[in-house]
Amino acid sequence: MKNQINILFHGLLGSLRDLAPVILVIAFFQLAVVQQPIPDLGGLLAGTALVVVGLTLFVRGLEMGLFPIGEAMAYAFARKGSLMWLLVFAFALGFGTTVAEPALIAVANEAARVASDSRLIAAGDAARHDYALGLRITVALAVGVALVLGMFRILKGWPVQYFIMGGYAGVMVMTLFAPPSIIGIAYDSGGVTTSTITVPLVTALGVGLASSIKGRNPLVDGFGLIAFASLTPMIFVMIYGTLVL
Amino acid sequence: MTAWLLSLLSAIAHTVRDVLPIAAILFGFQWLVIRKPMPNLKKVLIGFIYVLVGLALFLEGLNQALFPLGKLMAQQLTDPAFIYGALQATGHTAQQAHWWDYRWVYLFAAMIGFSCSLAEPALIAVAMKAHQVSGGTVGVWGLRIAVAIGAATGITLGVFRIVTGTPLHYYIIIGYIIVMIQTAFAPRMIIPLAYDSGGVTTSTVTVPLVTALGLGLASVVPGRSPLLDGFGLIALTVLCPLVTVMEYAQLSHWRAKRRA
Repeated sequence: MKNQINILFHGLLGSLRDLAPVILVIAFFQLAVVQQPIPDLGGLLAGTALVVVGLTLFVRGLEMGLFPIGEAMAYAFARKGSLMWLLVFAFALGFGTTVAEPALIAVANEAARVASDSRLIAAGDAARHDYALGLRITVALAVGVALVLGMFRILKGWPVQYFIMGGYAGVMVMTLFAPPSIIGIAYDSGGVTTSTITVPLVTALGVGLASSIKGRNPLVDGFGLIAFASLTPMIFVMIYGTLVL
Repeated sequence: MTAWLLSLLSAIAHTVRDVLPIAAILFGFQWLVIRKPMPNLKKVLIGFIYVLVGLALFLEGLNQALFPLGKLMAQQLTDPAFIYGALQATGHTAQQAHWWDYRWVYLFAAMIGFSCSLAEPALIAVAMKAHQVSGGTVGVWGLRIAVAIGAATGITLGVFRIVTGTPLHYYIIIGYIIVMIQTAFAPRMIIPLAYDSGGVTTSTVTVPLVTALGLGLASVVPGRSPLLDGFGLIALTVLCPLVTVMEYAQLSHWRAKRRA
């Protein structure tokens, strides 16, 4: 019990240190540059306390739950020796976690509003809804494909840079053909797909898979899945834009 | 107090709803395909609950405290009165503004990018894993600070791009040329991690603040449209950490060699 409290206390201190820079920056700009008093100081402190406690619990939960789940499942798939199931799992995880991702829903709705305002798609809620849903499914497919490719790469031990360079060549080529109004959204869509829960999980899966295969190095072969997942949505969204707009 | 508790509970309910598909996929495959008991099931479940509750509190706290203030600040710093006030005092118009007149916005962009990246839970997770897997050669703080410098650079460049109105893809193309050159020279073991670090930085904390800054700025600077110019900050925030993380690896490699 004493040990638990000790861990928690250290965790809280660590989170406080992680968050101190943001608080300092905001306080500095508010007081020194904009020169306005901080509105609702009590609410600000209460909110900051929530952030600190939340981050502490999250990091503790990562070590206890998310990392072990990801690694255990990667080991189990490797031992089962079924390539097909591993890839189906990778696709389901990528597609499933992305299609319902709140950040992506927000960006897709925003993009639909923009497209509708500039008359790129038909006016009306139905057309806007279809367009936003199409974007979300496109990005989710892209992340699913990225994880399948990424897992396959770990199994084969291929160097990550060839894929990434090839991928960016693809992005550049698509930029030439895609309508200009989709490019900014496409470029940003790579960044919004990787959420706070997906990242640790996918990292643990990659590292777990790489360490359960003989001859793979978890550092060299285990990382790289996130990079794939932030690359493919750019290409897929530009293709979607070219087809739809 | 009750209202506060209620909003806390609804935040937890929201997070549970967002995490439900992930949990369904994980446990579905565990029971239907792997068909073996999960090792340490109890501990894993407790950890999962910690993650859920922790993330909910984290997001709720951000929404209550830091986001409103940060967004307000982005608005205040991009307020025409704040940027063009000094200019108009000397008889110039907003159209004559020089890129340097936005200096506080650049400083804010850089500092908010740096500090938000340090607070980003996904980056903490990846740094912890990389530290463990590399047997300690990749330092948790070294990696996080390298990424934070990259994110700060990316956001500042993005703000400069909105102010000057230069096309986004030039920045991206030049960035990737630098990344390709660095890839040829960087220590091989850091490359996948460096590539991952870009996607990792743009998560819960950074995206909302950066988006507010970009859209605010694009609607204030003369001749910019938030629709065309407001996007793209995230893309540069994903790109620049690749450069700084590889640079960090090269520097530590070089220092280790010099010491030997």
